[in-house]
Order: sequence, then structure tokens, then C-alpha cells
Amino acid sequence: MTDADDLRRRTAELLAAHPPAITQRLDFLRARFDAGLAWVHFPKGLGGLDAPRSLQAVVDAELDAAGAPGNDPGRIGIGLGMAAPTILQFGTDEQKQRFLRPLWTGEEVWCQLFSEPGAGSDLAALATRAVREGESWIVDGQKVWTSSAHLARWAILIARTDPDVPKHRGISYFVCDMTDPGVEVRPLRQITGEAEFNEVFLTGVRIPDAHRLGEVGAGWKVAQTTLMNERVAIGGARTPREGGMIGIAAADWRARPELRTHDLHQRLLKLWVEAEVARLTGERLRQQLTKGQPGPEGSGMKLAFARLAQEISGWEVEFLAEDGLTYDDWTMRRPDGVDFTGREAGYRYLRAKGNSIEGGTSEVLLNIVAERVLGLPPEPRTDKDVAWKDLPR
Amino acid sequence: MTAETLPSSAPTPDPDLLYSEDEDALRAAVRSLLADRSDPATVLAGLESDIPYDTALWRALATEIGTAGLLVPEKLGGQGASAREAAVVLEELGRSVAPVPYLTSAVIAVTTLLGCDVDRAEVAEPLAGLAEGRTVGVLAVPLPTAPGGVPDPAVRADADGALTGRVTSVADATAAELLLVLAQGPDGPALYGVEATADGVRTETVTPLDLTRPLAHLTFDGARGRLLARGDRARTAVERALLTGAGLLASEQLGVAEWCLSETVRHTAERTQFGRPVGSFQALKHRMAALWLEVASARAAARHAADALATGSPDAAVAVAVAQAYCAPVAVRAAEECIQLHGGIGMTWEHPAHLFLKRAKSDELALGSPGRHREALAGLVGLSAP
Repeated sequence: MTDADDLRRRTAELLAAHPPAITQRLDFLRARFDAGLAWVHFPKGLGGLDAPRSLQAVVDAELDAAGAPGNDPGRIGIGLGMAAPTILQFGTDEQKQRFLRPLWTGEEVWCQLFSEPGAGSDLAALATRAVREGESWIVDGQKVWTSSAHLARWAILIARTDPDVPKHRGISYFVCDMTDPGVEVRPLRQITGEAEFNEVFLTGVRIPDAHRLGEVGAGWKVAQTTLMNERVAIGGARTPREGGMIGIAAADWRARPELRTHDLHQRLLKLWVEAEVARLTGERLRQQLTKGQPGPEGSGMKLAFARLAQEISGWEVEFLAEDGLTYDDWTMRRPDGVDFTGREAGYRYLRAKGNSIEGGTSEVLLNIVAERVLGLPPEPRTDKDVAWKDLPR
Repeated sequence: MTAETLPSSAPTPDPDLLYSEDEDALRAAVRSLLADRSDPATVLAGLESDIPYDTALWRALATEIGTAGLLVPEKLGGQGASAREAAVVLEELGRSVAPVPYLTSAVIAVTTLLGCDVDRAEVAEPLAGLAEGRTVGVLAVPLPTAPGGVPDPAVRADADGALTGRVTSVADATAAELLLVLAQGPDGPALYGVEATADGVRTETVTPLDLTRPLAHLTFDGARGRLLARGDRARTAVERALLTGAGLLASEQLGVAEWCLSETVRHTAERTQFGRPVGSFQALKHRMAALWLEVASARAAARHAADALATGSPDAAVAVAVAQAYCAPVAVRAAEECIQLHGGIGMTWEHPAHLFLKRAKSDELALGSPGRHREALAGLVGLSAP
């Protein structure tokens, strides 16, 4: 059994064999992966040691203390948070061997080709087609809200492989090569001024059948794993007390006594309590989820995270008075990653608006909680048993 | 520009926010007893009787299951458990709004005595009585008293230990045999133990908003008290008792909220209007989903407070303030949503929802309102008022 002491010993061995001060960053990350210290809850040989997920913190703390390089999770969040758990659960041995190591080290960036102009909350209505041609699939369609598409080597993609059955049953899940000549990426400028997201046009893109994840027609089920992990990835990061947005607001309050009002004080304390309780709720969920996949409960964390991010960042702009009236830079840029608490108050306020939309709108998440956690009866669905090709569009 | 320093009390590195197997077993025993003896219809029927609490239920809960002594070490006649286990009992009592003096006697009065010198017989004897559930004791403070600033005592003691003064709105005072009274003596504050039936003690019952937690005003007119502790020790004992009470009240509030949510889900999944269960409408189910998230969050906050109290964490004051500021309004909202989403039946005396609303609203005021706890937090975490 791998325990904390064992992990400390393995970490010390890694550091001794590859001293961070004289080791190339990528060499160190590869060695860390091969030592099973990348994500300890993953299987042996795939960057892990089959250890409890909670013990990752032990490794991270030792490596931080030794000044070891990290894999820059802000840049490869989609790979780490969404592609990797899906590949682990549904991938073949060849797929796991091929994709997971460069995914974790950041050598290969991943993006997610899910949402479409006509399939947002109703994701299962997606219209991108994948047609079988020998040992390949030919993909045509349009995807949207794709972060990191301009940097990505690979994408996780869901496409319709059978239009003659109801929408949930005719979808398959693929790994798409973003260097295929049929892939065109166009930046999508947002309310923040920058283009963190993209539109992706797929025209005659060829995907080998060996890059399919899960059975033909079972893509919806595979996608559920991705989506549940996405919600945990967005709302479930472990933070210390006063971590994230509330820490910025509290620091502002302490630094600018001249801006304080009683009303802002009352609201800050309320938000502080809610942020602390959200932190504890996430901690409790993590304690429950020592290993394995997040259940629908993870959706709740994202709901709380989005609401708090929006309220706290709105509070901050208001607190800053004159400074709240300014914005750092509206220049159209394509950032390498996303940092919800980065830049200035105005950016944080605007970026937080996306938190209740991306990865499942808060309204969809409330449906999920109501129906899958509380077991309430669903809304009547008229499209459930109709072949996708016969749905009104 | 003046920068305040960050608070020194960091959260306990790894608070245990789950339930242990022993805690699950304790919950099962308490829940089965309450299902048997204290279902909402029974509680409702007993409310307008003159009996202040269900004595048979109390005996079974306190003595037979042994919950009255959870906070008391075994050598002092208790079970040697901790605030974590007492919190589980309170969750179950919240779920059933059972009219028993658990919070007041087994938590607050017991913690007060534990803060005194337990090597003295004057302290150890009444403590053993409370721990075994043989006697009910209450700390004579108004129910809304918050931790973090015990007010100057309203009662005066003369050199012989004769007490004079009046304490209003004391919870479960009518059930108590032993009153713990903080009084201003000739040499400063001191804590006295007074028999509720002693000469010079008058108990006036009050008609309470929450019929499941009786209130009374206590008047002391030369009543004899036995000195239990004096000076800072007395104040600290009372302060610790109020902090423990407030922290564990969060678990009761969690139980109240849980019952309200699960009854509302059950009702709306069964109740049909417009040809479908009303719980299938998004306008309703979103409200219940939002409430579910609040209840799940309240559980984390309440467990955190219980764990901090159980481990003697230096972060306990923050954990308790957070738990109270969060859980009190959640219980109230859950009860209010329960009534609204039940429609007309929720407004009747016959349906037990009102018992939970009354308990939730009264609990919100008890041991410090949410606003009081947020104010305390401002000082604790370095976010001063303008």
C-alpha cells in the first residue's frame, strides 16, 4: 500500500536522481511522470501509483519545497481536467500509452470540441457529422467556445455518427488531430476584449478509427465523464482560506481603508463566510472522493463557485470606486491560458460572467442536481425518442 | 495607507469533515429512537400540554443511549466522546424537532461545568448527574447570548452566596433541576449552582415562538447558590460553553434544513397539478436544487465547527462564527421554502412544517444572530469595520 511516507521516499529519490537545479524542465517532468508521481491516483505506468488521490498533496508539497518545475496547469487545464480522466476511463491501452505522458508534461496541449452554434445547453443535439470511410472517419462541422484551440495538438471531439436514431444514441467520441489540414481555428473575441476562445471549422477532417474513445454510438456516455470532470475542474480546485477571488477582495479591504463603507463591509463579511463555506464544501467532497470519478454532486461546486466569483468580483469593482471605472487594456489578444483571478478588477468581473455559462450553464446544473441528486421528475421531453434527423431545426 | 495584518489563526490543516463509523452507528441509534417516539405527529400532539419536555424520550436518549455524557470524560461519569458525536445527536434532534433539553443541558451546561475545577466535589457531582441524564441543568443566560463577549451578569451575589436579579428568556429553564448562574459577587464575577426548586427562585414561563424549546424568565430573590468557579475561570467557562453551544447548534440547524428539503422533494414529486408532478417544473426544482447546495454546504460548515471544537483547534472561534453565520439562515430558508412549496397544506397547523419554521427562526436568534457572528468574524480575521 502506498502511503505518505512511501511517497515522500519516492519523491526524494526522484529529486536525487534529477536535481531540479541542473535538470531541463521537460526532462524533470518526464522523469516525474515515469516515477508515478504525476497524478498518484492514476495507475502504475501511466504517471501514477494507484494511491489515494488525497496523497497528491504530499508529493506536491515536497516538490514545491525543492523548487521543482511544475507542468503549468493553467496552460493545459483541458488536457489535465477533462481529456485525461476520459482517456483513462475509456481509452485502449495504446491510447493511454500514446496520449497521457505528453498531455501531463505539457508537450501536447489539448482542447475540447463539444459545443456548437446550434448545440449549447442541448449539447446532444450536435450536428457535426463523422462518416465512416474504411479505417477512418471523415468529419465535417463547426465547433465553438474552444479554449486553447490555437495552441492545441489534440482535441477531444464528439460528433454524430448515426442521424437515424434519437440524439443521445447517435454520437461517438474521438481524439482529433488539430494539425489536420481540414481544421481551421478562428479567434472569438469576448467581452473582456481578448480572445481566449475560438471557433473551429472542421472540413473533411480525417480521424483514424484507432482514435475513437469508447464504442461507436456510445459517445454521449463518454462525454458525461468529461463533463463531470470539467465541472469539478472549474469549481473544485483546492484553495487555502482566502484563496482565489475572496483573497483579492479581502486584501483590497485591508489596503484601502479610505474606501470602506458600512454597506460594503456587511456584504464583504457575507461573501467571506460563503467563500469559506464553499472551500469547506469542496474539501469535504474531496475527502469523500478519495479515488474514482466525481458524481453529480460535483455540479454543485461549480454552481457555488460561479455565483461567488460573480458576486465577489462585482463587489470589488464597486469597492474600488474611481479605480473601478477603469480597465487595464481592451486590446484584442490571444492568451496562452486562462486565469480567473488574473489582471485587474474589471477583467475579473467580466471574465466571471462566463463561469455560469461555460462547462454547463447554472440552469442546466440545477436541472442535473434536481433530477440526478434529488430524484425529482424530469420536464417532459418531446425530442427524446425522435430520430435526430427528424428533429425541428 | 494602513495595512492590517492577516489573522494568525490558520484553519486546522486537515479537518475531518466526514462521519466516522462510530458516529454513523450513534446516528442510527438516535434516529431509530426518534422515529419510534418522536415523529412529527407525536411532537405536535404534545405541544400544547403543560409538560415542558418529553421526559420518557429524554430518559431513553440521555441515559439509555448515553448521549447526555458524550462530552464528559469517562472518569467523570460520561462517555468520553467529543463535540463531533454530540453534533451528530443534534443533527438528528433537528430532523425531528424533538422537545428535549439536549443542547441546553448536555452541551451548554455540561461544558460550563467542565470549565470549572472538576476535582472539586461541588463541580464533579452535578456534572456526573448531567452526564448520566439523571438531572437537567441549564446555564441561566438569555437564549440570544452570543459567544465572544459574555455580558456583565444581571444577577448579584452577596458574600454568603445569596443571589438577586433577573435573567430573561432562558431556554429549557422549566425543565431544569439545576441552574448555573453567572453573578457579580463582591470579588468580581462568579459562577453558582442553584437548585431550581430552592427558596427565592421564581420561574415564569413565556409563550415561545418555538413551542419545542420552552423559554422562561428566572428571578432570584436571595436564592442560595453553591460557588462553582470565580473570576476569569467562571467567565471562561461560560464563554467556552456558549462557543460550544453555538458551534453545535449549527448541526441542529443542518438537521432542520435536511428534513425540510427532503419533505419538500417528497411532496413535490407526488403532488400533481396541470397534469404533471409539480416537482417537474423548473421553477420549483431549481429552488430545491439551490437549497440542496446550501444544505450540502451547511453540512461542511457544521462538521468543520464540530471538528474544531472536538480537537481544541485554535481556529474554533472562526469555525463556529462561520458555521453560525452560514447555517442559521440556511435552516430558515429551508423551512420557508418548505412551507411555500407545500402550498396550502404547508400553512396548516396539522402539517408539521410550521414546527420546523418556528425552530429554525428561533435558532437563528439563539446564541447570536448571523449578523453578530459576522461581526465577530470581522475581528477574528482582520476585516475591520470602516
